[in-house]
Parts: sequence; C-alpha cells; structure tokens
Amino acid sequence: MMDLQVKLPGLNLKNPVMPASGCFGFGKEYSRFYDLSLLGAVMMKAATGTERLGNPTPRVAETSSGMLNAIGLQNPGVDKIIAEEVPFLAQYDTEIIANIAGSTIEEYKEVAKKFNDAPEVKAFELNISCPNVKEGGIQFGTDPDMAKEVTTIVKRASDKPVYVKLSPNVSNIVAMAKAVEEAGADGLTMINTLTGMQIHLPSRRPLIANKTGGLSGAAIKPIAIRMIYEVREQVNLPIIGMGGIETAEDVLEFLLAGANAVAVGTANFQNPLVMPEIINELPKTLEKYGFSSVHDAIGKAVFV
Amino acid sequence: MRKVEMKLVYARQIAEDTIEMKLEDNYITQIAEPGQFIYIALPNFTLRRPISIADVDREQKQLTILFKIFGRGTASFAAYEPGMIVDCIGPNGNGFPFDTDKMEKVLLIGGGIGVPPLYYLGKKLKSKGIEVTSILGYQTAAQVFYEEEFNQLGETIVVTDDGSYGEKGYVTDIITDSFNFDLYYSCGPTGMLRALTSKLQDKKGYISLEERMGCGVGACAACVVSTKNEQGYLKICHDGPVFPAKEVIL
Ligand SMILES: Cc1cc2nc3c(=O)[nH]c(=O)nc-3n(C[C@H](O)[C@H](O)[C@H](O)COP(=O)(O)OP(=O)(O)OC[C@H]3O[C@@H](n4cnc5c(N)ncnc54)[C@H](O)[C@@H]3O)c2cc1C
Ligand SMILES: Cc1cc2nc3c(=O)[nH]c(=O)nc-3n(C[C@H](O)[C@H](O)[C@H](O)COP(=O)(O)O)c2cc1C
Repeated sequence: MMDLQVKLPGLNLKNPVMPASGCFGFGKEYSRFYDLSLLGAVMMKAATGTERLGNPTPRVAETSSGMLNAIGLQNPGVDKIIAEEVPFLAQYDTEIIANIAGSTIEEYKEVAKKFNDAPEVKAFELNISCPNVKEGGIQFGTDPDMAKEVTTIVKRASDKPVYVKLSPNVSNIVAMAKAVEEAGADGLTMINTLTGMQIHLPSRRPLIANKTGGLSGAAIKPIAIRMIYEVREQVNLPIIGMGGIETAEDVLEFLLAGANAVAVGTANFQNPLVMPEIINELPKTLEKYGFSSVHDAIGKAVFV
Repeated sequence: MRKVEMKLVYARQIAEDTIEMKLEDNYITQIAEPGQFIYIALPNFTLRRPISIADVDREQKQLTILFKIFGRGTASFAAYEPGMIVDCIGPNGNGFPFDTDKMEKVLLIGGGIGVPPLYYLGKKLKSKGIEVTSILGYQTAAQVFYEEEFNQLGETIVVTDDGSYGEKGYVTDIITDSFNFDLYYSCGPTGMLRALTSKLQDKKGYISLEERMGCGVGACAACVVSTKNEQGYLKICHDGPVFPAKEVIL
C-alpha cells in the first residue's frame, strides 16, 4: 500500500490533503457530503479577536479558470470558534489548524493565546496575507519587517507550531519567507490569493462591492508552483502548498516543486467531494510517475 | 443535499431566451420542497449556477427548472440536449414555509425569472385547499411564460413593463387594497422585492433572494444578506434563499 503519511511540526497527517482556509468554513457543511476523518487536516476559516461581519455583497465573481472573492474575514470571533466550532471538528480523526487574522499585532497575539489553550488545535496558520480587509492582513504580508514582527509576537504568545501564510502580492517572495523563518516560523503555507478586479459592463462598476478581490482557482496554479520552487531553493521550512489544486496530478506537481503537503480551496465549490476523490486517486498517480510514497516525491522536480 | 447526476429528459424554449427543462434522478426529486434550488456545474466554469426548482413530480422522479439565458453559463446550459447528464447539488437551502391550517388565501408575486419557484409552491398550496392568486411581471410580451399553468392554480394577472401584454406597469402597481390575502410569497429582482416589501409592510410575507454564490452550501460566506435583528448576516444559500420579508434588509 502506498504510504501517504506526512509528518510536519505539530501535525501527523495521514495524507497530505486538507481544505484551504475560508473555503471550508468549520467543516460542518462538507461533513454532510463525506466523513471528515478522510482528510489529512482541516484549516479552519480565519479567526479574529471579535466577530467580523465582513464586506458588503457581491463578494464573489467568476473569472476565466478561477474566481475573485472579497469575503472580508467574516467570522464569529475566536471565543465562539473555540466554544462551538472546534468541538465539532474534534469529533473527527483529523488534525485541526487554526487560521489567525487581525488588524493589529495585539489582535494576532490575543487570538493566538486563546487558541493556545485549545488542546484540539494542533498548529496555527498565521494569515498575514488577506487582501480583502482595510486594516492589517495584507500589509503584514507585504512588508518583511512587519511579517517578522507579527511572527515573533505570535511565536512568543504560544507554544504551538506556527505556519505563516504568504501573500503572492509581492515582488520578492523569498525575502518574505526568509523574514518569517528568521522570526522562528515553523512552516509556510502558500499561496494566498492575488489581488484582482472585474468590471461589470452594464453598470461600469467593479463587480465586487469591495472593488478588488482575491483571485483563486486553477488560474493561479502556475504562480503558486513558481513561488514554491523559489522559496524551496532558499528556505528550509516545510511548505503547505495551495493555489488552484483540482486533481491528484496537481498535488503531485506541488510536491515535486517542494511542497510537503497541500490545501484545496476553490475546487471544493465546483465539486464538494474533490478532496476524498483526490486522496483516493493519489496512490495511483504517485505510482504512475514512479514514486513509492508522498515523502518520496517532495522536492523531486528536476531543475538542472 | 447531495451531489448527484441528473438526466436531462426534456428541454424546450418557452419564451424569449427562456428554457424549460425536466431533469430526472432518484434523490433530489424525492425530497425537494418549493423554494429550494439546485446548484448546477457546467464544464469549464469555476462556479456552479443556482437554479430554482419550479416543479416536482415525485412519481416520475422528475423536476422542472425554468431559466433565462443571461450570460455565458446559462447560454452553454441552454445548448444541452435530452439524454445528457447534468452534475447537480441539491436540494439546497430552505424553501417557502407554509402552515396550511393558518391560511386561506395567498398572493404569489413573481418577477421575470423569479416566477419559477412560485409555481411549485402554488401547486402545493392549491392541492391543500388554499386559494391562490398570482401576479406575474415580465418586461415584455415575448418573455411571458407559464401564464396557463398559473391560471390553473387560480386568478392570475400578467403585467408587462411596456404594456405589450396584460396590464402595463410593475407588479406593485397592480396590488391595491381590494386584494385580500393572509400571506404573500414573492421572488424576483431585488428592486422589485424592495418596492413590494415596502408596499406590503403591514402584511406577512416571504421573499426569495438572489446573490452571487461561491460554495452554495453555507461554507464560504459569499452570498450573505443583512438582517434587521441581532443575527448580523445570514447566508442566502444555506439560511435562505427564502426569508421572512420583515427579517432582511434589501
Ligand atoms: C437561489 C437562486 C435561484 C435562482 N433561480 C433561477 C431560476 O430559477 N431561473 C433563472 O433563470 N435564474 C435563476 N437564478 C439566477 C441564475 O443563477 C443566474 O442568472 C445565473 O447564475 C447566471 O449565470 P450566467 O453564467 O448565465 O451569467 P454570468 O453573468 O456569466 O455569471 C457569472 C457569475 O455570476 C453569477 N450570477 C450572475 N447573475 C446571478 C444572479 N442573478 N444570481 C446569482 N448569481 C448570479 C453566476 O452564477 C456566475 O457565478 C437564481 C439565483 C439564485 C441565487
Ligand atoms: C471564498 C474564499 C475565502 C477565503 N478565505 C480565506 C481566509 O479566511 N483565510 C485565509 O488565509 N485564506 C483564505 N482564502 C484563500 C485560500 O485559503 C487559498 O489560499 C487560495 O484560495 C488559493 O487556493 P485555491 O486556488 O485552491 O482556492 C480564501 C479563498 C476563497 C476563495
């Protein structure tokens, strides 16, 4: 039998596939379609210190091979998530990763401290790359010094492994990765969405009420692969890769580029069963291309 | 709610840019209620398309949908031919609530492509002995559909914006104090719903809303609507698409 297991800081993944944050809520809706214990892990929707209502609608627009979204971090706040959402996910045999967001460093710290006391949460994903909120988020993700600072503070506030989620909206992704590595990050997740816009012809206005939104889906996969390749060459942290994954072949491509595990976002919307299907296909795909385990394929792309 | 393959068994154009289809399956058709929708995947489109369930025949295991060719997705769907398989999630959302012991007369108000879900509702209500009156608004004569079908349910008034068929004007122009009903149900463009709910603010009613959706199952929080109470936003795909008219801010 093909070995799909991956061990990462804080995470014992039975397979390398998990939902990307914000595309799976807190799992309840998709648990109506399949047993969440099939998943390697679940990355929860972003949590902030207090409830966020998010942006006005429309919040999504379809694009060629992808979509734009500007949800604006709508979430019930960290306390409610710990009280009501974490216990639901904890029923399943899968690892729980909390996605932490905030407008200020203080808020990131507060959310991290609260999740630190929730034993079911195995690791943090530090969302310094949300392009859809006015304050915080993206500026932490585009300025290496701020990224370093917020990572340092969150590391100090907790003893759980911290994976920093990188934004592709930068010209030097390696500088960002190195900055958070220096700050003590335990891993990276990449990529978040790329800022985009769509103009609605009849009204001549941006279709998304927030004007801009984050581009996700198949359209961004080559960018994710390129960025993982660049970071993998120069940074030693484990990487959870994401951006446009739809098939087991896509997963293998991410592994080859240097990702240790992967997350699937937008593809869930088209096919709610996409992750169990990928997990089911993955052994055959690995075998087809001559690998004997997931571990065997990581970073095996040939660049010389 | 499940992801199922439905078989397209019948398709025809019934008005300008308006298609009627019948789809067959063993699951959705057995549990669908009026006001729920199916969420349809189309090859080469990232997002699914939400389409209301316009009628259900549980014995034949078929449901009817009616849709307007609006953009590229619905245009590609309109080219499907009987025998083809349609990838659907459904039934999604919560339908129109009704307690037939507590009502005698209802008013259905549909605008354009908001008319379809009211048909299945009207049929169910009529079969339970409720008196149904319908006001159906369309832009122009060429777009009018299902007048005959609604006539079978009770008094039906057709209105067109340009007066090319039926009465001239908007559905809200037609509703006068002489209309006597316990409850109203409506689906149509947001502008129409806004005018209607303010005109009928003293009446109890339910409205079905449209918004651009992501997952369609309640996970991504794309299609939200503000509420008048403490609940903040509700999700149209999951908590709706039908809401009490007094609960939401349009
Ligand atoms: C609950 C619900 C029930 C609906 N029922 C019906 C029905 O029975 N018959 C019918 O003709 N139409 C119905 N609609 C509207 C229908 O979903 C849109 O007309 C359709 O999605 C347009 O797709 P397109 O590719 O042709 O247009 P495009 O403009 O190319 O679509 C681009 C994107 O915007 C979305 N979109 C565009 N317009 C709408 C809209 N009005 N509502 C939601 N999403 C939209 C599309 O789904 C797609 O993701 C319903 C909408 C909702 C929310
Ligand atoms: C609707 C939507 C909501 C998202 N919300 C979040 C979020 O709350 N936190 C976060 O870190 N990323 C969020 N993302 C980004 C995804 O986690 C992922 O990084 C990105 O979509 C790329 O993967 P994909 O192409 O597979 O979707 C969101 C993406 C989408 C489409």
